[in-house]
Amino acid sequence: MKVFRSTLVWPLVALVVLLVFNAVASPGFFHVEWKDGRLFGTVVDIFNQGARVPMLLALGMTLVIATGGVDLSVGSIMAVSGAVAAMQVNAGAPMVQAVGAGLGLATLLGLVNGVLIARVGLQPIIATLVMMVAGRGLAMLLTGSQMVPFANRSLTWLANGSVGGLPVPVVLVLGLAVVTGWVLRRTAAGLFIEATGDNEKASRLAGIQTGGVRLAVYGFSGFCAGLSGVLEAANISAADPARIGDTRELDAIFAVVAGGTALTGGRFSLAGSVVGALLLQTLTLTLYNQNVAPAVAPVPKAVVILAVCLLHSPRLRARFGKRTQPVAA
Amino acid sequence: MNRIFASRLLPLMATGLVLVALFAAAGAGYENFLSARVVLNLFKDRAFLGVVAVGMTFVILSGGIDLSVGAVMAFTTVFLAKVIGGLGWSAPVAMLAAVGIGVGFGMFQGWVIHFFRIPAFLVTLAGMFLARGMAFVVSPRSVEIRSAFYDDLGERGLPLGEGLLLTVGPLVYLVVVAAGMVVAHGTRFGRNVYALGGNEASAALMGLPVGATRVGVYALCGGCAALGGVISTLALSSGDPTRGTGLELDAIAAAVIGGTVLTGGRGWVFGTFLGVLILGTIKTILDFDGSLDPAWLRIASGGLLLGFILLQKLIARRSVS
Repeated sequence: MKVFRSTLVWPLVALVVLLVFNAVASPGFFHVEWKDGRLFGTVVDIFNQGARVPMLLALGMTLVIATGGVDLSVGSIMAVSGAVAAMQVNAGAPMVQAVGAGLGLATLLGLVNGVLIARVGLQPIIATLVMMVAGRGLAMLLTGSQMVPFANRSLTWLANGSVGGLPVPVVLVLGLAVVTGWVLRRTAAGLFIEATGDNEKASRLAGIQTGGVRLAVYGFSGFCAGLSGVLEAANISAADPARIGDTRELDAIFAVVAGGTALTGGRFSLAGSVVGALLLQTLTLTLYNQNVAPAVAPVPKAVVILAVCLLHSPRLRARFGKRTQPVAA
Repeated sequence: MNRIFASRLLPLMATGLVLVALFAAAGAGYENFLSARVVLNLFKDRAFLGVVAVGMTFVILSGGIDLSVGAVMAFTTVFLAKVIGGLGWSAPVAMLAAVGIGVGFGMFQGWVIHFFRIPAFLVTLAGMFLARGMAFVVSPRSVEIRSAFYDDLGERGLPLGEGLLLTVGPLVYLVVVAAGMVVAHGTRFGRNVYALGGNEASAALMGLPVGATRVGVYALCGGCAALGGVISTLALSSGDPTRGTGLELDAIAAAVIGGTVLTGGRGWVFGTFLGVLILGTIKTILDFDGSLDPAWLRIASGGLLLGFILLQKLIARRSVS
C-alpha cells in the first residue's frame, strides 16, 4: 500500500480521529456560518489559532530540524517582537513600521542563534537555550516586566480582521507556507537544507555553504517567531512579556515531529508540519472543551509527542514492523 | 609537571579567579558586601541550585542533557505541600517519597533515551512539560507548608559563632557536593560516566555497562532535582508549581562555568560548586544594588554561560594547535 508510506497519512488519520471525537462529544462542532462578511465557527477558530502560533512557528522549526538542529528560543523571540511592536505603536509609529521593527529584531535574534551555531560551533540546544532565557529577559527589560496595552486598529486587524471571509492570520500564514514550500522545492534551497541535515561534512565537501544554510534557517525561524509574536499581541491588543510564547517551543516541535519530519534531520515536510499544527490546535481545543485546565494541557501534549517519537524510533520499528524509511513529501 | 597542571586544571583555575575577582569587585563597590553573613545567605539562597547542578554535571559528563530539572523541582515542592498539608503524611516520609519519585522519573527518562535512542533534549523537554503540568495538577497555585518538623528543622544547623548558623539546606548542599566528588572521581560508576561521555562506542567496546550507566545518570539527576525541591521548601516553607522556571539553564550554566565540557567526558563536580557560587554572587550583587532590573539576572546568566563556552572553545583550539 503506497498510500501508507506517505508521512502525511498518520497525522491526517490522527486529525480525523480527533475531529470525529469532537463531532460526537460537542454538537455543533462543525457548524460554520457566514456573518458580517466572514466565516465563523469552531473549525475556523482552529485554523485561525493554529495558524497564529503553532503553524507559523512550525514553518521555521521544520527547516531548523531538517538541518539537524532545534530552536528552543522561539517562544522568547515571540515575546520580544510582540513587545517591540506594541511599544512602537504606542510611540506613534504606523503599523507597518511597528511590525517591521518587531520582525527585524526577531530575525536579528534568530541570526544571532545562527552565528553562534554555524560560525562559533555551539550545539543548537545550548545556543538557543541561552537565547530562550536571555530573550525572555530582554522582553522583560524592554517593557519593565509590565503588560503593554495598545489601541491601534490596523495592528489589531492583523489578528482579528478578515480577507475574503477568512481570518487574516490564516491567509497570511498559509500564504507564507505555500511560498516557502514553493521556493524550497522549486530551487535547490530545499535540497541544500536536507543535505546539510543528512551529512554536513559531505555536503560541505560537495560545495554547499552549510554555514550559510544553517544561518539562514535560524534567521527564518526567528522571523516566523517574530510574526507569531506580533499576531499574538495584536490578537488581544496587548503584549505581555512574561506570557507571550511561554512553552510554545514544545508546540512547534510537536507540530513538526507529528507531521513526519524526523528529529535527526535530513528530510522535511512542510505540508506535514501544517497538518501537525492543525492536529495540535485541535488537541488543545479538545482538551479545553473537556475542561482540562490550560496549565495542565502540556501533560497530554508531552505524552503524545513522546509516543510519536517512539513510533519513529528505529528500535521499535525493527521490532514491530518492516516498513522502510518514510518517503519525504 | 607545570605544563600538565596548567593544561588540565586551567578552566577550573579560571573559574576560581573569576569568582575571587567578582567578589573583590563587589566588595569594593558595595559596603558590607564582604561579610560572613552575605556569604552565608548566598549559600542558603542558592543551595537548591547547587544540588540540582551536581546532578546536571553528571548528566553533562555522560554526554547528555536534562531539561526537566526545574519542573521536577517544582513538582516536588507542590507534592510535599500537598501530602504534608492535605494528606497528613509525616514530613520525613514525604521527603523520601519525593526524592524517590524524582529518581524514578529520571530512570524512566534515561531508559527512554537509551532504549529508544531518542535525543536526550527531546525526552527531557517532554519530561519538563510533563512534570510542570503534573505540578499544576497537584496544585494550581502556591501552597504554604505548615509542619512542626519544618519549624524544628529551620532552627537546627551547624553554629559558626557570632550568631551565624549554617542551616540544613546549605549543609545538605555541601554534603551533596562532597558526595558527588567522591562518586565522580572515586567510584566505578563515576569512571563509567566519564568513559561514556568521552566516547560511547569505545565505552561499549570496552564492555562497560553503557545502558545502566546512562539510566543511572538520569536517575541521579532526577533525584538531585527532587532533593533541590525539598531544600527549596525548607527555605521558603511553601510549594509552588511555577518555581524553578529556567532553572535548567542555571544548572547547565553552573556546570559549564565550572569547566565541564558540554560534549561530555571532561569536567569537575567541584567546578560546578564554584560555578554556582559565581551565579549566586551575581544574584547577590543585583539584590544589593536595588536599582537594577531583575530581568538582568536572566540576561547575565545567559551571557555568562555563552562567555564560558567561548572560553572553553578557545582553550580547546589552543591546546590542539
